[in-house]
Amino acid sequence: MAAISDNTAARVVPPVSLAAPVVSGALRTGGLSRLERTGLVLLLALACALPLLVTDYRLFQATMTLIYAIVLFGLTILTGYSGQISLGHGAFYALGAYTTAILIARLGMPYWATLPIAGAVCMVVGFLFGRPALRLQGHYLALATFALAVATPQFLKHKSLQGWTGGVQGITLEKPSAPFGLPMTPDAWLYLLTLFVAVVMFVLGRNLLKGRIGRALLAIRDHPTAASAMGVNISLYKSLAFAVSALFTGVAGGLGAIVVQFVAPDSFHPLLSILFLVGAVIGGLSSWWGPLFGAMFIQFVPNFAEDLSKSAPWAIYGVLMILSVFLLKKGIAGALEGGWRRLTRSRRSSSPTAGAPTSGTTPSSETP
Amino acid sequence: MKRRTLIVSASAATGLAALPHLAFAQKKYAPGITDDEIKFGQTGPLSGPASAYGTIGRVQTAYFKMLNEQGGVNGRKLNLVVQDDGYSPPKTVEQVRRLVERDEVAFIFNILGTAPNVAVRKYLNERKIPQLFTAAGASTFGDHKNWPWTIVLQPSYQAEARIYVEYLKKTKPDAKIALLTGNDDAGKDYVEGVKHALGPDSVKKHIVAEATFESTDPNTDSQVLALRGSGADTLIVHGVSKWASMTIRKVYDIGWKPTFILTATATSVSGVLEPAGLEKATGLITSYYLKDPNDPQWANDKGFQDWLAFMKKYYPSGSTGDQLNVYGYTMAQALVQTLKQCKDDLSRENIMKQAANLDVELPMLLPGIRIKTGPNDYFGVEAQRMMRFNGKTWELFGDLIGQN
Amino acid sequence: MDNFIHQFVAGLANGGIYASIAVALVMIHRSTQLLNFAQGEMAMFSTFIAWALMQSGFGYWSAFGVTIVVSFLMGLCVERFIIRPVAAHTRSHLPLVVLFIGMLLIFNSMAGWIWSYDVRPFPSPFPDVRILGGYATAHQVGSILITLLVVVGLYLFFRFTSLGLAMRAAAQNPASSRLVGIRVDLMLGLGWGLAAAIGAVAGMMVAHVLFLEPNMLGAAVLYGFAAALVGGIDNPWGAVLGGFLLGVIENLLGTYVIGDDMKLTLALVIIVAVMTFRPAGLFGVTMVRRV
Repeated sequence: MAAISDNTAARVVPPVSLAAPVVSGALRTGGLSRLERTGLVLLLALACALPLLVTDYRLFQATMTLIYAIVLFGLTILTGYSGQISLGHGAFYALGAYTTAILIARLGMPYWATLPIAGAVCMVVGFLFGRPALRLQGHYLALATFALAVATPQFLKHKSLQGWTGGVQGITLEKPSAPFGLPMTPDAWLYLLTLFVAVVMFVLGRNLLKGRIGRALLAIRDHPTAASAMGVNISLYKSLAFAVSALFTGVAGGLGAIVVQFVAPDSFHPLLSILFLVGAVIGGLSSWWGPLFGAMFIQFVPNFAEDLSKSAPWAIYGVLMILSVFLLKKGIAGALEGGWRRLTRSRRSSSPTAGAPTSGTTPSSETP
Repeated sequence: MKRRTLIVSASAATGLAALPHLAFAQKKYAPGITDDEIKFGQTGPLSGPASAYGTIGRVQTAYFKMLNEQGGVNGRKLNLVVQDDGYSPPKTVEQVRRLVERDEVAFIFNILGTAPNVAVRKYLNERKIPQLFTAAGASTFGDHKNWPWTIVLQPSYQAEARIYVEYLKKTKPDAKIALLTGNDDAGKDYVEGVKHALGPDSVKKHIVAEATFESTDPNTDSQVLALRGSGADTLIVHGVSKWASMTIRKVYDIGWKPTFILTATATSVSGVLEPAGLEKATGLITSYYLKDPNDPQWANDKGFQDWLAFMKKYYPSGSTGDQLNVYGYTMAQALVQTLKQCKDDLSRENIMKQAANLDVELPMLLPGIRIKTGPNDYFGVEAQRMMRFNGKTWELFGDLIGQN
Repeated sequence: MDNFIHQFVAGLANGGIYASIAVALVMIHRSTQLLNFAQGEMAMFSTFIAWALMQSGFGYWSAFGVTIVVSFLMGLCVERFIIRPVAAHTRSHLPLVVLFIGMLLIFNSMAGWIWSYDVRPFPSPFPDVRILGGYATAHQVGSILITLLVVVGLYLFFRFTSLGLAMRAAAQNPASSRLVGIRVDLMLGLGWGLAAAIGAVAGMMVAHVLFLEPNMLGAAVLYGFAAALVGGIDNPWGAVLGGFLLGVIENLLGTYVIGDDMKLTLALVIIVAVMTFRPAGLFGVTMVRRV
């Protein structure tokens, strides 16, 4: 099939991108050292105990961070693993948010039941979008998805959908309180719910990617010709990547709607999609922790940047994006992991490596 | 020795702790309020595409600074905390929560935009925190029954639309009206307002065409052409900065000369009319409630001179041609009036009560217009004056329309 | 009928705007195989520079000239210091897209920071009159002519000068070009410089119509991409035709069929449709990847 590409057909330089596959770090072989396992458990315990330690406002911020982390995880699956660039994930976020809002406000569904539906709707749409998208590479896909992001607010405002979407004024939702009369504030409850969903999705995603699907995606990303020759159904897997990525983002969008208690077209401007990509890249596309760092970055940096200058936040994002390509190639997570690995080098020496380039490889400077 | 100091300090601490109940018995304070300070919060688009409106927060900060130097309100300094929400409702929610829960402000003041205000309205009303003087004229913000803690002062878009219809009924009863509005809440409110004011029977008779524009449209040429093609002889345009300019220019360029009404949202001479071309804007009609700082007729007016002196001294980087700076100044003065009326009862209930109990004429309001609110009237300004552009400035004409 | 003609001409005028941006995009793609998302912001920034020059006393054409030179240098520097270090080491698109987004954000916020977000009028070198039987303004026709002039200039340059030939070679086959002594890196830099200069011209023409402000070209860039794709991403003539087509179709469909509020969605649909069904556009050459 003819596909748009740069006409450098004969090139076989192994592509080194910002996203080496997620095989670095302790999760690579599935076997966690005892130290790492304890650390993970402690972290989880701390996360669960957070409501006891901080105020409701901080919990709200933490919840939003987790929500962004889910989005970025989805984006990492698509961009880091499958090598497809999306500048339009805000559209899926909006779709998930509106699905949830409409189900709750217009159809009276209980809020927790809307999340799987939001995810499913986004998954289907993601798959459908992925079908034509699979023929596009690199920039072209980025452009198509960017167009999607830009068109989304206009779409949401359309008269014909107004009865459902609430038009420009959007939909306001009730804040759910803890079920069964549990003794906690609504913010604490939502935080724990989000934490639960985040962990579940993370585990699901990781398992998905560790297996055959993950390997297929890596193969498609790095050596598509070879993969195709070996019988990997490229179109199917690429669309699947889109679908799964959209699923994650949609669930996050639904959670976002519930936590913020409000959806409106203004909430989903095109810069949101750009922000997601910024977070994913800066957090690090080659690590499981990348999404979390990226989420913390986009949640908290604006608050700091504001003190510098009011137009600062976006300029800072821009500068950091550029710097991340030059310096922090693997994002914050990658930098941290590099440090961790150096610390624990002795434990690593006997672990096997999976095939594709890992973070240790220097960029190939093979000249044509 | 040590134990005695301990006991003394313990009793002193207990005594001090009891003092508030004694000394402050007759004063009532919301969080954020002390004997010396009134702390309140605002979010606005300080960054991003809408940041031209960020000047509102800046001019108000400057005004309160001036007021504080003169002693404040009833001896208390006014401390306005402004946070950036980039005109994004989820960010507004986060920032308002921060202001309320972390900074512990007494109330929220003059947030810009319909969606941002709607996003936090429920939260504020549930916690009984005043959401004063929303910087958005959607009529839903005057809904005192459902949202008793939210109040708006500026004329609602629908009220303004009513004024235009009144004017047309008097001067052009057979008008064939075309509407050009932005595809946003204000635009929709204007359309609603016009139709409502006409009445269901007249709508079909009078409105011959409607069109909308997006903020992503390169211009409004296509819409203007379509509207002219409908045979309309009256054009009502929801003005939004540069699209207003483009529309004015296009209407002139194609030689169409309808009765051209431009909504108050974009009447700035320097910001909208000049880019369009002053001669092309001649004959435009609008209504407004504030004095235009570019209008030479106010040169010797005391209110204007005070404002100008204030701008020069306390906000020199602000534009003296920008109506937003008059708007922010006036809203700030309305707030000061509210707080003055509270005296020492600065509980949130009383602040809200006084906000809904205003009857004051402010220096930069057009003569004859008052801010008047009541427990069942959460719309501060309902009267406006019509103005016509004569090529240089806006000339007032006619009487006050709408009642105070 | 009269209305139809007006809509048609208005569509052409809008199309001229899209076309001029599309030409800059095509220029970048021809020399570097890249889609520069930041093109619009760079053009806007150049236009602000022109405005600042005029504010400090320059006449229109001298400001125009200086801006073109400055923009050329700007493009050169961007290529040399930001793009080249990365593009040389990787075939993956992600780092480059990230760079472009970064530049987009930086140019946009710098413009907002330096010049604020107030809307400004921008002068036109053409008189403020209506021509062509009253259907168009002199500026609309003038800016279309200038765009065509640029395209013709490009055509002549690429076809008949050795430098143009060298640039084409460098873009198509860097390896072989180096072997024959072409300084590929310099060619890429020139390509960027040229694209930036063209963008500046587009920005200055467009600013008169759209009014100058940091977000002037935000949406227009998308339309520019759509136009460039429709015409064939490597073909300046195609870009111009694509621009006109897009402008007219958008206007006519918007007026008579789908309504004003779906125009952007239309651009999206066009982009996706072209890329899916006819990736080479109307005039491009289908690239077949050899396996």
